[in-house]
Formats: sequence, structure tokens, C-alpha cells
Amino acid sequence: MRHLLGIEGLRRADIEALLGRAEAHLHGGPDASHVLRGRVIANLFFEDSTRTRTSFEMAAHALGAEVLNWTTAGSSVSKGETLLDTVRNIEATGPVALIIRHRSSGAPHLVARHVRCAVVNAGDGTHEHPSQALLDAFTLRRRWGSLDGRTVLIVGDILHSRVARSNLHCLTTLGAKVVLCGPPTLLPPGLESFGAELTTSLDAVLPRADAVMCLRVQSERQGENFFPSAREFSRLYGLNAARAERLKPEALVMHPGPMNRGVEIAPAVADGSRSVILEQVAHGVAVRRAILEEVCR
Amino acid sequence: MSSTILLSRGRVVDPRNGVDGVRDVLVRDGTIAEVSEAPLEVRDARVVDATGKLVLPGFIDLHVHLREPGEEGKETILTGCMAAVAGGFTAVVAMPNTRPVNDSVLVSEYVKAKAREARLCHVYLAGAITKGLQGEEMAEMGALVGAGCVCITDDGRPVMNAGLMRRALQYAQLFNLPVMVHEEDLTLSGKGVMNEGRTSTRLGLAGIPPSAEVAMVARDMVLLEETKGRLHVAHVSCEGSLRLIREARRRGLNVTAEATPHHFILDDEAVGSYDTHARMNPPLRTRRDIEAVREGLVDGTIDAIATDHAPHGVLEKQVEFDKAWNGVVGLETALGLTLSLVREGVMSLQRAVALLTDGPARAFGLPGGHLAVGAPADITVVEPDAEWTVDSARFFSRSRNTPFHGRRLTGRVAQTWVSGRLVFEDGHIKESR
Repeated sequence: MRHLLGIEGLRRADIEALLGRAEAHLHGGPDASHVLRGRVIANLFFEDSTRTRTSFEMAAHALGAEVLNWTTAGSSVSKGETLLDTVRNIEATGPVALIIRHRSSGAPHLVARHVRCAVVNAGDGTHEHPSQALLDAFTLRRRWGSLDGRTVLIVGDILHSRVARSNLHCLTTLGAKVVLCGPPTLLPPGLESFGAELTTSLDAVLPRADAVMCLRVQSERQGENFFPSAREFSRLYGLNAARAERLKPEALVMHPGPMNRGVEIAPAVADGSRSVILEQVAHGVAVRRAILEEVCR
Repeated sequence: MSSTILLSRGRVVDPRNGVDGVRDVLVRDGTIAEVSEAPLEVRDARVVDATGKLVLPGFIDLHVHLREPGEEGKETILTGCMAAVAGGFTAVVAMPNTRPVNDSVLVSEYVKAKAREARLCHVYLAGAITKGLQGEEMAEMGALVGAGCVCITDDGRPVMNAGLMRRALQYAQLFNLPVMVHEEDLTLSGKGVMNEGRTSTRLGLAGIPPSAEVAMVARDMVLLEETKGRLHVAHVSCEGSLRLIREARRRGLNVTAEATPHHFILDDEAVGSYDTHARMNPPLRTRRDIEAVREGLVDGTIDAIATDHAPHGVLEKQVEFDKAWNGVVGLETALGLTLSLVREGVMSLQRAVALLTDGPARAFGLPGGHLAVGAPADITVVEPDAEWTVDSARFFSRSRNTPFHGRRLTGRVAQTWVSGRLVFEDGHIKESR
């Protein structure tokens, strides 16, 4: 795998190989600090991120790489430099991989066509967030052994969610049934053709789910009339304590973060016994080690 | 060069005059002097053997962005005219969204002067409907007509203000001027950058629903009926629009329409992996819309094939998809793409030729578009079976933004004659022009 730009198009064997490798890293495994020793990984975050950036950084360090952390604040982007000029300049300093987070869908794909080093998509616009989907799948696999025949319910702003897209491809490829739930305004056309089941009624599908993934309601969507208010959204699609009661006893609750507590997920549910939210974060480093190892081979 | 030219033994296809057969065409002093089934013997003529070739009225493109003044890095009037004649076009209508906008006699005169200097094809002018294309105040239509504008349009931008649009349709009747419209309701297209559908969902790109176009066409049909004005719908992209236009024509409204080659060849899957050369407005739609556009071309709902030739450089195209500018160049690929419809059996050669010649000439009331005696000797000679591969690096246009780079096309321009002057031949602009 030369780049990791998205989950779409990956085969089950590719995904399982990455997850297997992540498993080895999670268990400590042999010392990996020589794998990328003396090499540089560039973290290019054109959009804010805490979790993903630090997680990639820790993964790179664990493999012995140096990390160049680059953010738009105070950079030449504010002086009008184009994306390609920025990345070509950074590439000229010799990194083996560029980890890119960008607000435009497809930005990593554009970069990948114009650089020689590896490109890893750390979230592009409303397109994909492949490392998040891999760590979500990893978390579920560790709990369940296999995703085959399981039902994962993803709730919220599907239209604008890169996490939903990547998870749809990833979980479906691994044999799970993915149900996408949200108001009609936030369910874009054609999702069924990627294997998803769609519903607008959270209450109807809750009892079937083996895991529920709540998506963040982004504040910038308010005022665009996708839904009347956060309050109404919460009432219809928030995973509150009463709804959590109706889940299967062993069903898991996930969230890619950052959470709006009290909007898409109630604090008691986020912190409750079903929640694997912090496990997701903890698994992120191992999964990203596996990704970096793979693309830097 | 002799001012008498004899194009001998070519297959003349002249839809307006119902001609389709081997003819000799005699040109004298820039006009058609004779069209004869029997071979002509003319002593002083320069004889061009057109055996095996198509001899067609020069093509007319109602929708071209020449970019000058203001964006000469993308195209100039000269390079745009070179691209036009290389594509077989002997006349183009230059859109007003230059910098400054063509909303004045001054800009009109500038474009005309540059076109005269280029001395390649006829350049007709489209003036702005509103000052600066701002959609607020009408530009001086009478002055623009006086300066030679053949239509008015805020092309690239819709006239969102329905009241203003209604007045423009009324006022333009003073000059019997077609009002050309880019049909888009901006509140429906929003932040959209491509057609809304499976591909926009897959790519996580904001979608433009067909209603953005269709709702505006519906509004304008209502305004047209009420005002009895004259409307030309630019670059029709979807099925719903065609249904409305067809119905309006049936009821006798004065509406004409054009479609672009990209809208009758490509669907939104051409965006592939964020290919900005497949970004245009209106966006590429679905297979079903392509079929609807083709049906409209065949049944006469659409009058003209127009390219919406829109040159952009790498600064506008080698960027994130949502930051890329809309538009593709089209002058040099239009013929081959149109002829592909003939090869596929979608339409007859006669209909294809009509859409490039008679149709656009009638829509805007332009001279040319046919080869009757006395008509201007604007003639395009085509090798119908010549195969070639589109290589954007070899375009005469200054820009390379085409989604058709690398495509095999059949049918190539052998010669382009404008007012009896040979301006393009076998891949070269004629220096003697």
C-alpha cells in the first residue's frame, strides 16, 4: 500500500492485515523503534485536531521516526500559498510520509498525485477518515473477535461525516451490517449502493444494534437548516439514558470525539459501562503504527 | 490569393437549404457564388479537391469565454479565435464576464478591435444584463446593441431577482434581443460543487440538485409567457429542464436552448477521484440526463450545440476540488464529440450539422450557418473518418482544462474558411490570413 487515502476500495485482506499488525503493536511485541529510525514523518494539519495528530505523532515516535509538526497557524498558507506549493516545500525537506488533515474533500488525493513520498489521509473534509475507521473496527474486533453478522448503527450527521463514510466501507468489508440513521436532510443519496441500510427512526433500530456510534453534531451546521436546533436534534437522535436502556444488554457505545455531551450523547451513556470511547482512543496509536509501517515499507 | 475558390466534389451538408450530396461550391469575393451538382469549370479559380470530405457551413458557437480583457493568461481573443477556427468554428459569441465586464460600449469596442486584429473568425458580442454582472441594475442595453451585442446575459451567474429578470425580458423586446440565461437558483445549489448523487456522496462533496436548474427554468418560462419576450437557455444539463422547455415551445413561447458536448457525453462519475477538469457549472449530471439532453438535441427542443469554452489555468484547476473554478475548454473537441453521436446512431449527420450551424444562427439571428448563394463563405471542410487522439498540450487555446484529454475521436477539421479566406488548414493557422 503506497498511500492510505481512504477505506473505499481496500480489500478485506488488506484491512485484516493492518488490524493484525496493530494487534501485535498493542501487545508490546518486539521493539519497533528501529523501523523508521532516522526518518521523518510530517504531520500536516490544515485543520484543527488534537486526538488524531497526537496519536500519529506517538505512533511515529514508537517506530523511531522524527516528527515534523506543521499547522496552518502562522504558516505561509495565510499568505496565500497553494496546497501543492506548501506540500512540495515540505516534501523537499525529505519526509518519508505526509500525514494530512484538510478541510477539503480530496485534498490528500491531490497531494498524492504530486509527491513521491507516502500520503496518509488523517481526515479530508466530509470524505473519509480511514485511520479512525480502522481503530473503530479494531476496537470492535477486540471485543467481538469477528464483525461478521454484527449490526453497527451510526447515528447523526451522516451527510457531513467522514467517520461515517470510512466506517461504512470498513465495517461492511469486514462483514458487519451498517445501519445509518439521521434526519432525511442528513442522509445523502446513494448510500444504499455502498451496502448501508438507512433509517430515520433511531428508536426503531436501537434494539437491533450490537454497537451504536454517535457522530458529533458540528456547530457550523446549525443555521443551515439541516435541522431546527441542537435541542430538537438531541430529542430525536440523541443517545440518552432512556434510549440506552433499550439496547441489547451487551451492546457497545462508541463516539469518534470530540463529544457534545448532552447533544448527541448523554454524559451518563458516554461514561457508562457500555462505552468503549476511551478504548477507541487508546487503540488509535497501535493502529496508526500499523498504518505508518505499512505505507513506509 | 485568388478571391475565387472552387471547393470541388465534396459532400455538402447544408441543413437550412436541404442539401446533402456531392456538390461543387464556388466562392467569389467572400460569398457563396454557386452550389452545383454538376462539376464546375471556372478558369480563374483556386481549386480545392474536397473529394471524400464534408463541406459544411462554418460552425457557430453561441457560448465562448475569450477571457480578454482581464484574464489574458488563460486566453486572449487571438488564441481563442485560433482555437475556434481549429475546431471548425467560423463565428463565436463572446461572453461578457471579462474584467472589466462587458456592460459598456468601451469594452465592446475593445473586444471588436482585438477580434479585427486577430482576423480569424467572426466574434459576436454578448453584453451583460446587469451592470458588473451584479444582478442589481440593468446595463445600458441600447448602447450595447449599438455597439454590436447580439444578446445579453449575466452568464455564469443567474439573475436571482425575478422582478429584474421580468423587466429585462420586457425591455429586451425593444431591440428584439435574446436574453440568455444561466439557470441556477443559488439557494438550491448552495455550496455545491458537483451533481448531487451517488458520486457526490462517495466523494464527500457538496451536491447541486437538479432542482437548482429546473426551478429556475420553471420561473423563467412563467416570466416568458407573461412578457412574451425572447429567452435563450444556456447549457441545459437536466431532464427536468428539457421537459419544461419542450412544453414551452409546444405552447409557442419564444425560447431557444443550447447544450454542451460535455453534458451530452459525460456523467458525474467523470469526477472520478476529484478530477477538477470535470468540474463545471451546471455540473455533469447522470446517464439519464445525458439521454434527455440527447433526445432534446434530436427532437429540436435544443437548437444549438455550444461549447461554453471556459479556459482556466493550473492555478484554478490544480487545487482542492472545492476550491477549483468551474469550466472546461471545448472549441477544439466539439466536432469530434458531436460526430460521436452520429456514429452511435443517436442522430443523423444532417441534424448534427444543423446543431452546429443553422440552429445557432437562427437562435440569435446571425448571418451564416448555411451555404445558399449570397451567404458569407464561412465554410468548414471536415475529414469525417480521420481518427485522432485529443492532446491538450497541442491545443491552440492557451488553456488545457479538458476532461477529454487522451480520448480517441473520429472526424477532424481539414480546412476552415471565413468570408472566403482560408484561416486554418491541416492543423495550422494560415499565416496569410
